[in-house]
Amino acid sequence: MTVQELPGAASAYRPTPPPAWKPRTDPTPLLPDPEPYRVLGTEAAAGTDPELLLRLYAELVRGRRYNVQATALTKQGRLAVYPSSTGQEACEVAAALALEERDWLFPSYRDTLAAVARGLDPVQALTLLRGDWHTGYDPREHRIAPLCTPLATQLPHAVGLAHAARLKGDDVVALAMVGDGGTSEGDFHEALNFAAVWRAPVVFLVQNNGFAISVPLAKQTAAPSLAHKAVGYGMPGRLVDGNDAAAVHEVLGEAVARARRGGGPTLIEAVTYRIDAHTNADDATRYRGEAEVETWRAHDPIRLLERELTERGLLDEDGIRAAADAAETMAADLRERMNADAVLEPMDLFEHVYAEQTSQLREQAAQLRAELDAEGEAR
Amino acid sequence: MTTAAVKPASMAQALQRAMRDAMAEDPAVHVLGEDVGALGGVFRVTDGLAKEFGEDRCTDTPLAEAGILGTAVGMAMYGLRPVVEMQFDAFAYPAFEQLISHVARMRNRTRGGMPLPITVRVPYGGGIGGVEHHSDSSEAYYMATPGLHVVTPSTVDDAYGLLRAAIASDDPVVFLEPKRLYWSKAQWSPDAPSAVEPIGRAVVRRTGRSATLITYGPSVPVCMEAAEAAAAEGWDLEVVDLRSLVPFDDETVCASVRRTGRAVVVHESTGFGGPGGEIAARVTERCFHHLEAPVLRVAGFDIPYPPPMLERHHLPGVDRVLDAVARLQWEAGS
Ligand SMILES: Cc1ncc(C[n+]2csc(CCOP(=O)(O)OP(=O)(O)O)c2C)c(N)n1
Repeated sequence: MTVQELPGAASAYRPTPPPAWKPRTDPTPLLPDPEPYRVLGTEAAAGTDPELLLRLYAELVRGRRYNVQATALTKQGRLAVYPSSTGQEACEVAAALALEERDWLFPSYRDTLAAVARGLDPVQALTLLRGDWHTGYDPREHRIAPLCTPLATQLPHAVGLAHAARLKGDDVVALAMVGDGGTSEGDFHEALNFAAVWRAPVVFLVQNNGFAISVPLAKQTAAPSLAHKAVGYGMPGRLVDGNDAAAVHEVLGEAVARARRGGGPTLIEAVTYRIDAHTNADDATRYRGEAEVETWRAHDPIRLLERELTERGLLDEDGIRAAADAAETMAADLRERMNADAVLEPMDLFEHVYAEQTSQLREQAAQLRAELDAEGEAR
Repeated sequence: MTTAAVKPASMAQALQRAMRDAMAEDPAVHVLGEDVGALGGVFRVTDGLAKEFGEDRCTDTPLAEAGILGTAVGMAMYGLRPVVEMQFDAFAYPAFEQLISHVARMRNRTRGGMPLPITVRVPYGGGIGGVEHHSDSSEAYYMATPGLHVVTPSTVDDAYGLLRAAIASDDPVVFLEPKRLYWSKAQWSPDAPSAVEPIGRAVVRRTGRSATLITYGPSVPVCMEAAEAAAAEGWDLEVVDLRSLVPFDDETVCASVRRTGRAVVVHESTGFGGPGGEIAARVTERCFHHLEAPVLRVAGFDIPYPPPMLERHHLPGVDRVLDAVARLQWEAGS
């Protein structure tokens, strides 16, 4: 039976049409440029602040040396594991330097350099990777969340913190870092969605380094780019050359400023490459060829910046040596302090499970105490 | 002397009142979850909070449990005290990653530098005729995670007192709300709310000499009824309401079992790998010489929670408790 056939319906049935559908947000300005944004080697480079570039350079060189030193420490058994960010230093450093002191950083396990560039003691930053049970630093003191191992789970934390800060009237921005693989996790989606709906002052930085352990990006996503994902949430997406420290700093700086003035979140994809294996425990030759790695070595973030600085006469042999020397001093200090045997107090294991120890934990602590005392007597 | 008007109130109202009082006292307390605002939650437990405190304090979130708890982590990192509502027991599972990997251990891994005062309210358990995924008892999962407190009230008074304590706690608390008790009436005055109940103390709901029923949450009224029924058969049963599963009040429980010499653990979650196994083991380890019989368990069957039309066969009722009590007439070799 059609509407017309309904008894008496032909004249009476006058449905109000539903309101015309239109998109809630014009997607055009949210779309990333398909070409990653670059500064170094382009005309835009002329307008960059020499002091900033020099600072970025010093941090890049220090960061590279840190990666090399930390990897060496794994070989000596001083670090349990180290996920090197060699090749990605521009993302790490530029991200950290785009923040003000009152802002917060939410790093993943690979982002030790960002934490160090933000001023964290290099040894403290390695506490968890060394195999200790705690972060080694007080997150509140440095406004750096604990390095996060479960993928993408730090992203909603960043959103919640930024949201809370805004509710309190503080102009604090949270920067959350994640890898390309992490963008497939549910928490990535939930965090971006919450951030956009709440207009939370968050910047999401995806370091697309080509692989999630061994899985290439093509098997991770069918999206045109990871930055394109932003449009679906109603936030701008930006694509940037992750090896171009000046470009990363500029794009992050804009996103941070936008978030700070209430403009809401941004998703930034930095296209970069992981030169080393996933961690010291990984064999990268099983999933990629040396030719590919060589292409990226030629696009090294330190060389790119060095070329820019020397061509503009801002850096000479002496300057290069000075940066290398400063990095060497840092590495020697790191080596020395990491080579000192860590002193761990087993009784601490019971200290911070709850604000007040439960009677169950008190009993277990007493048991361990007795075992330790007995060991001491035996020695 | 004036007598305060004593109005009957429901557990749902007591919980709502607890949140309202906590929010009024401390601007850091924020409520968030699915439908907690205009609707007041699907069980109306957050009724009126958005209106009274604004949507910034009582927030309808997007529909994403990991997102709700994950953003609550960040909010707590910035000094707020989030109270999150998980709409139903089985819909809290998407948030387990956040709960276990972050909420439960943030204090520990930051050496006390970053405690997370988050209350996770989870309506749980069966008996309301819910379709699948609406009746799970997930307490064993929570109990198995160090760093979480796990509490569950059985009375209107405790609902208020324990929720106040949970919100005030500097540690994360999984607050399990027995949904079939949401509307059970009891004498309780909303004008003179009960005291904040410290977390970690069991209470003897009924004293007795011949055996102890150890129970919590939705099974407490069942045990009380069983105790009354058993009295007719000459059993004088003591009923211990745990109130807090973590921390566990060994002292109260064991003092009771030492007095009575016999114990039955009663809960509606599954028996295998369930809370009862842990409780029975603890009691046995601590009270072995006082026991006249093995510690027995009365639990739900080890099956996925059954459909509403069959759930009465699954839920441990008075008869099953009484059967277990009869089996406490234990003789060696039997
Ligand atoms: C939830 C979760 N699943 C799996 C892992 C194991 N895992 C560690 S790193 C990694 C790959 C991550 O790749 P990506 O997000 O691209 O970051 P990258 O390591 O390249 O920086 C995996 C699968 C994990 N840490 N967390």
